[in-house]
Amino acid sequence: MNTAVKMVNITKTFPGIIANDNVNFEVKKGEVHGLLGENGAGKTVLMSILYGLYKPDKGQIFVNEKEVKIDNSAVAIKLGIGMVHQHFMLVPSLTVAENIVLGREPKKYELLLDIKKTLKDIETLSARYRLDVDPKASVCDLPVGVQQRVEILKALFRGAEILILDEPTSVLTPQEVEGLFDAIRALTGQGKSVIFISHKLKEVCAICDRITVLKKGKVVGTVEKKETTPDALAEMMVGREVIVALKKEHVEPGKPVLKVQGLNALNDRKLPALRDVDFEVHEYEILGLAGVEGNGQTELVEVLTGVRELRSGNILFDGKPVTHASPHERIGMGISCVPEDRQKNGLIMDFSVLENLMLGRHDRPPFATKWFRLNLSKATGFADRVIQEYSIKTPGTGTLARHLSGGTQQKVVVAREFSRKPRFIIASQPTRGLDVGATEYVREKLVEMRDQGCAVLLISADLDEIFALSDRIAVIYEGRIVAVKEAGQTNELELGLLMTGGKR
Amino acid sequence: MVSVIDIINVGLFAAAIRMATPVAYASLGGIFSERAGVVNVGLEGMMLMGAFSGVLTSYYTGNPWLGVGVAILVGGALGLLHAVLTVKFAGNQIVSGTGINLFAVGFTAYMSQTIWGSRGASQSVQGLGEISFSPLKGIPLIGDALNTMLSYKPLVYVMFVVVILSYIVLFKTPLGLRIRAVGEHPAAADTAGINVYRTKYICLILSGMLAGLGGVFLSLSNLSLFVLGMTGGRGFIALAAMILGGWKPIGALGASLLFGFTDALQMRLQSLGLLPPQIMLAIPYILTVIVLAGFVRKRVPPSDYKPYLKD
Amino acid sequence: MSLRKFGSAVRRLLRGTGSILWAGLRGAVPQIIAILAAFLVGAIVLAATGHSPIDAYSTVLAGAFGDSYHIGQTLTQATPIIFTSLAFLFAFKCGLFNIGAEGQLLIGGFAAAVVGISFAGLPVYIHLPLALAAGAGGGALWGFIPGVLKAKFGAHEVITTMMLSYVALYVTSYMVNYPFLEPGSWVPQTVFVAPSAELPRILPPTQLSGSIVVALVMVSLTAYVLERTTLGYEVRAIGLNPSAAQSGGINVKRGMILALVISGALAGLGGAGEILGVHRRFIDGFSPGYGWDGLAVALIGGLNPFGVVLASILFGALRSGGMEMNRALGVPLDVVFLVQALVVLFVAAPRLIRYLLKRGGYRW
Repeated sequence: MNTAVKMVNITKTFPGIIANDNVNFEVKKGEVHGLLGENGAGKTVLMSILYGLYKPDKGQIFVNEKEVKIDNSAVAIKLGIGMVHQHFMLVPSLTVAENIVLGREPKKYELLLDIKKTLKDIETLSARYRLDVDPKASVCDLPVGVQQRVEILKALFRGAEILILDEPTSVLTPQEVEGLFDAIRALTGQGKSVIFISHKLKEVCAICDRITVLKKGKVVGTVEKKETTPDALAEMMVGREVIVALKKEHVEPGKPVLKVQGLNALNDRKLPALRDVDFEVHEYEILGLAGVEGNGQTELVEVLTGVRELRSGNILFDGKPVTHASPHERIGMGISCVPEDRQKNGLIMDFSVLENLMLGRHDRPPFATKWFRLNLSKATGFADRVIQEYSIKTPGTGTLARHLSGGTQQKVVVAREFSRKPRFIIASQPTRGLDVGATEYVREKLVEMRDQGCAVLLISADLDEIFALSDRIAVIYEGRIVAVKEAGQTNELELGLLMTGGKR
Repeated sequence: MVSVIDIINVGLFAAAIRMATPVAYASLGGIFSERAGVVNVGLEGMMLMGAFSGVLTSYYTGNPWLGVGVAILVGGALGLLHAVLTVKFAGNQIVSGTGINLFAVGFTAYMSQTIWGSRGASQSVQGLGEISFSPLKGIPLIGDALNTMLSYKPLVYVMFVVVILSYIVLFKTPLGLRIRAVGEHPAAADTAGINVYRTKYICLILSGMLAGLGGVFLSLSNLSLFVLGMTGGRGFIALAAMILGGWKPIGALGASLLFGFTDALQMRLQSLGLLPPQIMLAIPYILTVIVLAGFVRKRVPPSDYKPYLKD
Repeated sequence: MSLRKFGSAVRRLLRGTGSILWAGLRGAVPQIIAILAAFLVGAIVLAATGHSPIDAYSTVLAGAFGDSYHIGQTLTQATPIIFTSLAFLFAFKCGLFNIGAEGQLLIGGFAAAVVGISFAGLPVYIHLPLALAAGAGGGALWGFIPGVLKAKFGAHEVITTMMLSYVALYVTSYMVNYPFLEPGSWVPQTVFVAPSAELPRILPPTQLSGSIVVALVMVSLTAYVLERTTLGYEVRAIGLNPSAAQSGGINVKRGMILALVISGALAGLGGAGEILGVHRRFIDGFSPGYGWDGLAVALIGGLNPFGVVLASILFGALRSGGMEMNRALGVPLDVVFLVQALVVLFVAAPRLIRYLLKRGGYRW
């Protein structure tokens, strides 16, 4: 029995798109098989089918060379398939132990939870696969890297022989990635098979034995690692070079536009999220803030836009204190923000493109008149102009935001925020989830704004992006700014160390 | 002259426990529903239908315990309806709950009129007897007080048992763990192999059954007849008790006792004629509003109330 | 402008209106199916309890639209429902559930009565608007309390508006039974309001009053505010996505309070209309549940101010026709409330309707 999983002629469509088009995919026992492709190529869909979350329109699945029908996750789990999702499936208020045994709880007297046995079982697994966790800790208190270990233990606890990892490194620092690779090698050493979904070429080349490339729902090819190179894979993924070198000239930074001093803030769970944060952003400059997600970036954006209160500290804008200004006032002063979650904070999905473009200035001239009346004709004129200027692909100004593609949605947000001619832009994970074309567009626009004199704070977990765009780079770790350097004077390894709290 | 001892005495506390009982049942129902991620504002209607069907059954069969059984079934059926509308068909939870409330009012009024010819009240029926500790009266000094404090209708004792059972189920059994997971993060529960829909259905049916039990307590234990609208907003007060109790059974019991105490106090004051009846009657509702204003800020609901939609 | 150009312009206008109507009707299919389904279930209940559904429904129809008198009475019953459904709708657009319209209606009616009784010497063009304003103000206060509690303390408005409804019931009942009781009367009612505070009857001998004019004005005003003003924009934004609204500079807390205040004011105005137009005095229990009708009507009206008018007339017809049915056939009036509740249940889940349509489609 050499083949762990075989998926034959799998086709899956959603309204409007063919997510998987006659896909053939095979994993050998004990190998690490990479599933490579851009955002939206169909990798997660294919694996969701394997894990029983979706049902294929056509095709067959073979596990251990027997044909199976996987109707739901419970069936997949019984077949020995485990999945660690990109967005963790952990219940925040429950403990590590409770999350791991959820659905397969050891019982005492048939009815009650057997806590002692639970803790013992977890300790055993934890030791065997070098995945260190505290079973009694609440998941919501754990850092992201540890949460991932819990997810893997969850799959192993159910007897997973085939482990699917969906973009596992997107939330890890370079050092933590090495730790994950160690664990993967331990797993395959014990005979388990691993499917490694990623869009990151370098990592896939580092850990995988074989690699299957998906592009727009179709399989482009399956290759042995030894017989290929990152460049060849990149061409298979896109058909052209993935990373386009961005044209960025050096511009002299001007005077400071934003200055923050001693910022202290709490997060939603009343724990410190920002600790004594100090930095400045100048005109004609992009300051890149690197850091693993969950180290205070979200709270920093909220504090700068006025949505979250500070415990202490000052924010100065053009020398004037704005620490207690409302979001409304800050918009008026020229602060714009591209939020990290465009569906939650950036757009109102059930508003039209026109209404979304007005948001933020909807109660000021020219959109509103003296008596709170909306001036829709002026607004429509503005919207038409902006749609042209930013090449927003929409059937009309009346289309609901919900019906636009992810990249187009982000363009609407960018168009709205940038067309205000702001003095200061906060861009938080601005290219997340976007395809290559949209990513390039957003990055170009950020540089354009900088060239026009804007001060830009770029917050990103993607080190490639940080290096491509930043003039200066700062690192945030556990709510503190641990370093600020010129872009030319540092590298990925050093940043990776700082992002995990190591000293340089 | 009215003295303090006329108002505050053992009888008041006993009355408080009696008045707290229906609210406690309903708030337990609310807890199961909300812990599974579904808002249930239809508790009021489920209680009312429970009250009505209990009396109806006792009227036709002469057996009040059968009435209790039917009330539980009817409550459960309405819980199932709420589940079908909000889980299977992803309907708006508040609209569905309000629809159940309106249905209960209209249906019970219509049937009351049709069967007993009166919209106001039904005829008297066999009620549930009281368990009495009258032998205790013999004990000198505290005998009377003990008797008053310990003698209740059976459903009151059952309520305490149900509270403890609810606590055990929610926090000490696998089912309870799954319920809490389904409510807080349904996708996580789903990928762990738990049937999210079935868990929600179970919780909503349970919710309705408990509400029905609370309702039939009102009609068969307290009064032995059905009066139009006799639940008087207790289904909503139960929601407030649930929130005040932090979505935990023991906490909800405590909150229900608080409301029960106010209710009992208000009735006591009314019978002494100290203030106009309308003002007295308004007190429990004003108290609920104050409680929600003063104490709710610290409470965060445990669940994600969006309907769980899969492929 | 030649005759031909004029003719083509008229044709374009008709086609435009027709397509809007057609689009509106197509959008209303789930609501129409819900109403029919509710009537069907109601018919079953009637039949099961020994009444003929056909007789009952036809009596309701005749009682509602039989002649100009009955039509007038139907419209009279519809009027307060227009107000309370606008109230529910406005709060709903902000993501809030105001189920206390009944209480706000009572407070508004009482406030209007008090102003109408006092200030007797004022001319009608001051006294009447003042009384109406008092009604709106009373309802606004009754919406302000849950609004503030929600904004400042996060208190769920479903519970607070419900509780305040009970409080309103008891407070107004107390007022009309004691301090404001008409001297020498056994019925809990106040004295009549001054003639200068009355809303004129516009269709004697029915009770239809100027209140319906106020109602229709409010319908247009509500639609205008929601779609064409910054306030309406902000209210809708908060209702759809409070996070994005806040990031967009909207003061979410203030918006929620305003929404509930306006919501309460609309319901209060409805109460004022009833008192000043129909009864001309405050009577304990004058509202047979108009607040609850408002909720159902708002949902059936597709949460659209103009659909609300149609649905209000439907419910007004059920009420006035229902009274006729009760009088003539002895069928309890509550079957009407039962049908209304069933409509709410069917409307709660639009997917249910789609499911029923699919199943039905297979049959024939």
